[in-house]
Amino acid sequence: MAYLLKRAHVVDPQVGLDDVRDVLIDGEKVAAVAESLDAPEGAEVIDASGKYLVPGLVDMHVHFRDPGFEYKETIETGARAATHGGFTDVATMPNTDPVTDNGAEVRYQIDRSRHAGLCHVRPIGALTVGEKGQTLAEIGDMVMEGAVAFSDDGHGVQSAGMMRTCMEYVSQFDKVVSAHCEVESLTTHGVINEGRASTRLGMFGWPALGEELEIYRDIELCRMTGCALHIAHISTEKGLELVRAAKAEGLPVTCEVTPHHLFLSEEDITDAYDTNLKMNPPLRTAADAAALVEGILDGSIDCVVTDHAPHAPHEKDCEWEIAFFGIVGLETSLPLMLTNLVLPGKMSWSRLVEVMAVNPRRCLRLPEVRVEAGSTADLTLIDPAAEVTVTEDWLQSRSKNSAWLGATLAGAACDVFVAGRHTLTDGVVTPVRRVLR
Amino acid sequence: MEQPQLKAQIMDEQAMSRALTRIAHEIIERNEGADGVALVGIVRRGAALAPMLADEIAKIEGTRPPVGSLDVSFYRDDVSRRIAPVEFGTDIKFDVDGRDIVLVDDVLYTGRTIRAALDALIDLGRPKTVQLAVMVDRGHRELPIRADYVGKNVPSSHEEDVRVSIRPYDESNSVEIWTRPVA
Amino acid sequence: MLSVKHLIDTTSLTADDITQILDTARSFSEVNKRAIKKVPALRGRTIVNLFLEPSTRTKSSFELAEKRLSADSLSMGGATSSVVKGESLADTIETIDAMNVDMFICRARLAGTPQKITEHTDAIVINAGDGKHQHPTQAMLDLYTIRENFGHLDGLKVAIVGDLSHSRVCGSLVPALKTMGADVTLVGPPTFQVDDPDYYGVPQTADLDAVIPEMDVVYMLRVQLERMEGAAIPSRREYNRLWGLDMARVNRMKPEAIICHPGPMNRGMEINADVADCARSRILDQVNAGVLTRMAEMYLLLGGENNGVSA
Repeated sequence: MAYLLKRAHVVDPQVGLDDVRDVLIDGEKVAAVAESLDAPEGAEVIDASGKYLVPGLVDMHVHFRDPGFEYKETIETGARAATHGGFTDVATMPNTDPVTDNGAEVRYQIDRSRHAGLCHVRPIGALTVGEKGQTLAEIGDMVMEGAVAFSDDGHGVQSAGMMRTCMEYVSQFDKVVSAHCEVESLTTHGVINEGRASTRLGMFGWPALGEELEIYRDIELCRMTGCALHIAHISTEKGLELVRAAKAEGLPVTCEVTPHHLFLSEEDITDAYDTNLKMNPPLRTAADAAALVEGILDGSIDCVVTDHAPHAPHEKDCEWEIAFFGIVGLETSLPLMLTNLVLPGKMSWSRLVEVMAVNPRRCLRLPEVRVEAGSTADLTLIDPAAEVTVTEDWLQSRSKNSAWLGATLAGAACDVFVAGRHTLTDGVVTPVRRVLR
Repeated sequence: MEQPQLKAQIMDEQAMSRALTRIAHEIIERNEGADGVALVGIVRRGAALAPMLADEIAKIEGTRPPVGSLDVSFYRDDVSRRIAPVEFGTDIKFDVDGRDIVLVDDVLYTGRTIRAALDALIDLGRPKTVQLAVMVDRGHRELPIRADYVGKNVPSSHEEDVRVSIRPYDESNSVEIWTRPVA
Repeated sequence: MLSVKHLIDTTSLTADDITQILDTARSFSEVNKRAIKKVPALRGRTIVNLFLEPSTRTKSSFELAEKRLSADSLSMGGATSSVVKGESLADTIETIDAMNVDMFICRARLAGTPQKITEHTDAIVINAGDGKHQHPTQAMLDLYTIRENFGHLDGLKVAIVGDLSHSRVCGSLVPALKTMGADVTLVGPPTFQVDDPDYYGVPQTADLDAVIPEMDVVYMLRVQLERMEGAAIPSRREYNRLWGLDMARVNRMKPEAIICHPGPMNRGMEINADVADCARSRILDQVNAGVLTRMAEMYLLLGGENNGVSA
């Protein structure tokens, strides 16, 4: 199948393109990019005028709950949500049940995602068996089955010695360790940022230091082992300063931030105790959020990720202290970035492409995707004029625990191509029941 | 909103004073003296009238019957949130058991305040009799209650307010009819 | 009329609200001295006492207050977050709500539970203590006790001493005292101090001896032994020596200063037995004030709904 996208505003900093082009997709590849192209016979012509065509978006931090918690999300429903949100690739965290800590579990996820026929699902393997922080997992086996990175996300490796072992072992492969930074002895019972919010609402605090101390530790382990380090869901100004300093020294350190840590703060948590604002790490201060926005604009933060964490209604519609951590995010990530940063002119389109497509691919050691002839046709077409209202019905994820229910956002993905297959058509998910390569 | 308008003054200070004197006589006559009689004024203006009435009885009988005040806020069936300030609350220092209690109020209207007052009084003990003295009876009863002693019967409509003014809460002692503000 | 529909926290109460509650409680003090300690103010109203965490004092205080207002009440309990184990709060509330109740009194282990209840019922909710968050009816009885003693609240110097960070009593008493114009000082071991005293806008110190001579009220908090996680203090003995109220400290208080404690007391830990029973102690007054102020709160929130013509 061939598609000709007419008059698309192509943004791809990798090829220095930020202009209106016609783009021809033929088979799995981009066939041609030119100022004007004629449609070959049989090609579907899509009027892309006023829309932005970018390399397919990548979310390198999601939880698809499959296997083990399919009532929250499956690989298929998660892939639908990803596609609806404009993504061509997602990297899934290993805290499934059983934990994705061996090659067979990695293979299972890849196979399931191929059957889903939507986006590429890139499994992240556990660092330790069962994410228990005690025994090294079969990392080499997982690399050979297709794992793209390694993490004990959800906990963090508590023992510095064990983390050193993990990073030393991973350093032999060209893979990154994604670190959930949390010193649990400092965050025991913590359910909300320690300080004003914990005092105001009367709950145990989760102090910023609990995160920052482990960021510091892992940066030093990176220096010691040479293993590439990626700091997951960074949430504080101090943590970001540590990453900045490490980068300035030339250490192989990258980091990511979620839209909720950029655009929400502890001040948004009112005495209504809205559990869709309960995250790990918690929403921090407004000053932290402002510093993170600065970091995503100035290049200190490499990627935007969602930490997409589906939970069933009964796990969220309850008292704050017993509610589960996390929110779904795949479908609101791009609209939030557009609404809050790109459309108001604070962030350029090319910077958006870097943090949502180029950099995550680089972190995950995936092949580059460019809007140029010969590249794999993993592409996202964005309609900045689209207006979306976040409702339970609109969300394609099996779970509806969004912090933005009821919000109206400006700009959204309208079409997605994955290896040349049209998986999102005019905002509607269109699964291709053929196995993706 | 239209302001309330004064329609008529129906009792002045002198008229009220004469009415109290007459009621004092009637109380003494009915109870064959004032021994065993106690006056209980309903907060607030009934509680202001009760000592005045006691003074009148004292002038005639030489002894002044004990006087108390009764706050019926917690007994109303139309609970108003207008609770009497604490300094006007229930204050009955004598034992009501076995006494002839004369409840005193300014205006008798639907009868609901008196119903509440009876409940409140009975929670305090077991009076021998309970009688009712009011300065104005304006009719429109909703309960089978009538006054034993009435200063003046004032036929009025629901659209009117009957205002009894009593020092020190008000500037003068008088009874006036006002038209209600129309929304 | 109060400015709030529910009584969830003291942060939402205005000075006028608090004054109304205290004045109304004072009116009820007359009722409570009579042989028949009962008025029909809430006759026919149904109140559910939902105690999701064990409580003896608060629960019995509410039950007595309900009886004295002639309300029909029903007490339900359970150690977990739901009455029937495994049932969610929403299910519990909607089930009870289906029986047409007028008011929930809620005690819960988890912060925010009373607020969550308001989302599942039209009934009025009174917070009888939620986790570490607030305990507004305790604050009202404390203010009543203090006001009865001094005749006013503004300008009083109040030290709240002890396990501040685990204390819902502190969480609601500090804002209420501030609203009424009192000066509050928080005193406790650094491991028991609140995360952000600036939220309350009050000073916080570990040095009890330094503040004791200046205070009008010394309010000793119960050390929540059941809430302590890890060793935040080395021992009962050391706690008593550094932050316990003993006679030596009492003798350094202002002549007219008083002592309060929300109970139940750990005698010999935060307060010594002779201090608890001394002339300055207002601890039993607080218990009596609990019934009065709870009657006032229920009366003011539930009382005046079917306004008719008076007189």
